[in-house]
Amino acid sequence: MSFTMPDFMPALPEMFLLGMTCFILLLDLFLSERSRIVTYLLAQSTLLGALLLTVGLYEEGRALTFSDTFVIDPMGSVLKVFIYLATFLVFLYAKDYLRARNMFKGEFYILGLFGVLGMNVLVSAHSLLTIYLGLELLSLSMYAMVALQRDSLQASEAAMKYFVLGAMASALLLYGMSMLYGVTGSLDLGQINNSTAAMDGNSMVLAFALVFMVIGVAFKLGAVPFHMWLPDVYHGAPTAATLYLSSAPKLAAFAMMMRLLVDGMAGLQEQWEGMLILLAVLSLALGNVIAIAQTNLKRMLAYSAISHVGFLLLGVLSGTQAGYAAAMFYAIAYVIMGLGGFGMIVLMSRAGFEADNIEDFKGLNERSPWFALMMLILMFSMAGVPPFLGFWSKLAVIQAAIGVELVWLAAVAVVFSVIGAFYYLRVVKVMYFDKAEAGMPAISASLDLRVVLSTNSLAVLGLGLFPGGLLALCLAALA
Amino acid sequence: MFADLPLLSLVIWTPIIGGLLVLAAGSRNALEAKALALLVALITFLLSLPLFTSFDTATAAMQFTELHPWIAAWSINYHLGVDGISMPLILLTTFTTVLVVIAGWEVIKDKPAQYMASFLIMAGLMNGVFAALDAALFYVFWEAMLIPMFIVIGVWGGPRRIYATLKFFLYTFLGSVFMLVALIWMYLQSGSFAILDLHAMPLSLNAQILIFLAFLLAFAVKVPMWPVHTWLPDAHVEAPTGGSVILAAIMLKLGAYGFLRFSLPITPDASQQLDWLMIALSLIAVVYIGFVALVQQDMKKLIAYSSISHMGFVTLGMFIAWRIADNTGSMQGAGMGIQGAMVQMISHGFISGAMFLCVGVLYDRLHSREIGDYGGVAHTMPRFAGFMVLFAMANAGLPGTSGFVGEFMVILASFKANFWFAFLAATTLILGAAYTLWMVRRVVYGEVTSDKVAALQDINGREFLILGVLALMVLLLGLWPAPLLDVMRPTVEHLVQHMAVSKL
Repeated sequence: MSFTMPDFMPALPEMFLLGMTCFILLLDLFLSERSRIVTYLLAQSTLLGALLLTVGLYEEGRALTFSDTFVIDPMGSVLKVFIYLATFLVFLYAKDYLRARNMFKGEFYILGLFGVLGMNVLVSAHSLLTIYLGLELLSLSMYAMVALQRDSLQASEAAMKYFVLGAMASALLLYGMSMLYGVTGSLDLGQINNSTAAMDGNSMVLAFALVFMVIGVAFKLGAVPFHMWLPDVYHGAPTAATLYLSSAPKLAAFAMMMRLLVDGMAGLQEQWEGMLILLAVLSLALGNVIAIAQTNLKRMLAYSAISHVGFLLLGVLSGTQAGYAAAMFYAIAYVIMGLGGFGMIVLMSRAGFEADNIEDFKGLNERSPWFALMMLILMFSMAGVPPFLGFWSKLAVIQAAIGVELVWLAAVAVVFSVIGAFYYLRVVKVMYFDKAEAGMPAISASLDLRVVLSTNSLAVLGLGLFPGGLLALCLAALA
Repeated sequence: MFADLPLLSLVIWTPIIGGLLVLAAGSRNALEAKALALLVALITFLLSLPLFTSFDTATAAMQFTELHPWIAAWSINYHLGVDGISMPLILLTTFTTVLVVIAGWEVIKDKPAQYMASFLIMAGLMNGVFAALDAALFYVFWEAMLIPMFIVIGVWGGPRRIYATLKFFLYTFLGSVFMLVALIWMYLQSGSFAILDLHAMPLSLNAQILIFLAFLLAFAVKVPMWPVHTWLPDAHVEAPTGGSVILAAIMLKLGAYGFLRFSLPITPDASQQLDWLMIALSLIAVVYIGFVALVQQDMKKLIAYSSISHMGFVTLGMFIAWRIADNTGSMQGAGMGIQGAMVQMISHGFISGAMFLCVGVLYDRLHSREIGDYGGVAHTMPRFAGFMVLFAMANAGLPGTSGFVGEFMVILASFKANFWFAFLAATTLILGAAYTLWMVRRVVYGEVTSDKVAALQDINGREFLILGVLALMVLLLGLWPAPLLDVMRPTVEHLVQHMAVSKL
């Protein structure tokens, strides 16, 4: 076996990320507490640098490298760009929050960057091994990030829960991969795809492999019935970590699903379509109904995230290019809205006070009409009311479902979106219709947070008025 | 000179952008914000006038059209245009918005800028609904409109406002999402969201029936038709006066407009198949809800039920078309029912708005809507009593007022369809008179019942202006409905011809 030099170019952003992260890790050791801002700035510039590299490398068509284990294609590049952007916003939103809680340490940023590297590897994976590698790099960073607040009982519990359940999901995924390897004799997704397409689909081992893989993906996405970890972790983790968990990793999980199911097992679409329908209906039902009972905003948004996964699955299960593009559009839209939603919690909280109860938003319209309006935009957008971005993303996935004659599924989805509207409306009700209690302070966040959060919310409105560009991007990425 | 301006875009975006400016002006300087709101409302109204004056009454084609690509990937266009059905409704919207801004002038003390801004934005969105010729654009306006109304009822409403506004929002939202599914399905079949393309699209009967039912859910909730009307009395009672006026005068018309723009032309065969259902529901609304109105103790609730009953006439007028055609052998006579329905919509916009404003005038003084708390108001508020009696008469369908024209046309048309339809519909002449005039007798006439009533002040100039303008419109439309009928005739004729052709 002769050794040939692989083409490093497609993985340039990942190598840059790795190099910079290691450099920041070292540098951070020598920084004093007061100059910690350097870590922050370097982390942000790393993200921007990686973004530039990814954009620069963008091209139509796909290229494989590293013995076909690593793929670069338009879908991956677009997802990576949004992963950088989302993480950039997370770092920015989290800065003040971490400072006020004495958590403004290098670890948060280094773990975050390693997580981004893991996501990138996952997005570009073209082999079962690369998928697993990326997934574990991401997951381990997230476990640690949840546990960052060492002395908080709640956070430690959440981290423990996350770790145990996450490890189990990884094990199931690995088990499925091993069976798939047993059946097809290959780790390469392209070859797996060819082998599975040639089989009749009735193979017992293949069916088991598929079930385990779908479970692994469903766990990472947080689809019912593999969602148990999600509300507890979102709630227990420091809001800064929740912000991180709820944003970019959703894109990575979407990519993982696409790589495994579409790139690897397109021939089994009939089989996994049924499984995803079940997951989607359950997620829509449970996520939306249980969210109604929540009094904690983080928990409510966690259940809302579960229901959004249900919508996202509608797009993927349709098995069409338009459906995949719709799901990608949905994932990106959700990340933008979710960032705004958790960002609002960060904005409202200050030292010693987590504004994570819905009650904490009482009378926000009197205290800060501007941010009440921003939250209103986010809530109505998540509920899927036009003219906001959330409406178009829902329209896209429903259209995908109707396009493959699943009109009943579309009807189920819209009914649950009406049920879901109730709890978003309740947040608006608390902000606008309830009176503020005495002693509720005005918002004291720093300027950059205010400006960026406002931009985030207005982007939800702007992309709702002009969704064509983002939509065309998603369609082009999957063409 | 107006032909070059994108008038429809202007009547949509002027109030929306103006509303945002009012919001930005904030409540710190309430007067400034209110003056700005009035200015915006007036400008919008003036901008909408050329739609009427330059309207070509000889054609049924869409006029003042604007077409720009919006979302190319789904071939969704920013496509606007009006015909004889939608143009009068846009005028009604811009006109009512001016009145609502004036009506809220002194009354709204809490966050007046946000109040005015909500109404302006709502007006723009409602104009958008009427002007949209692209189904996706229509849906965006249709749903977006719920947001300001949700806020208006919830913030400035009565004691049970939160229950009422949530019910309002969820009810109407549930109705509309099925319409969205139907629209998407049709888009995937035909490749176009353009309403006029959907009109021409052939559909099997089964598909038509499902689509018709999906539309029915959306529009019946908005109209509202029995039995999905229960949100309306709650929303009306708890809404502030301006909210009630907009709800009754315009939002209810959106449902009826939906039937004319979507159900009848897109699913004519299903409409014909299911017209028994629509006629039955309409007659139940007319008769049963009329009785329900009779026993109301709350003035706003009474007018709310009266609105449902009157809207029953509108839907009746639209769906008796095929029965008339069966009996007379041509679709010619069928147009009268639809024309009557249209006149009834416009007239009800003026009358119900005026009635809610009358109740608002009383409520601002005594903070009660109970009929029992009043009595002998005519002694202390003679000018007000005059207006209230006029509007009550119009509500009861007195000849010479606008209320008569529409009802008469619909009853006349239903005679051609079936005697019993006409008989049941005509009971409204008795029932409507009974509940309205009985309320007026108890509130306006009789002895002065309490010290509070004795201390009432008659209406001031601002209130006189609003009620006076409305009274003028009610009488004008009642005595001389010809301009309105002329405007809508070609469109209605075209619609009737279109309905007569099967799409199977």
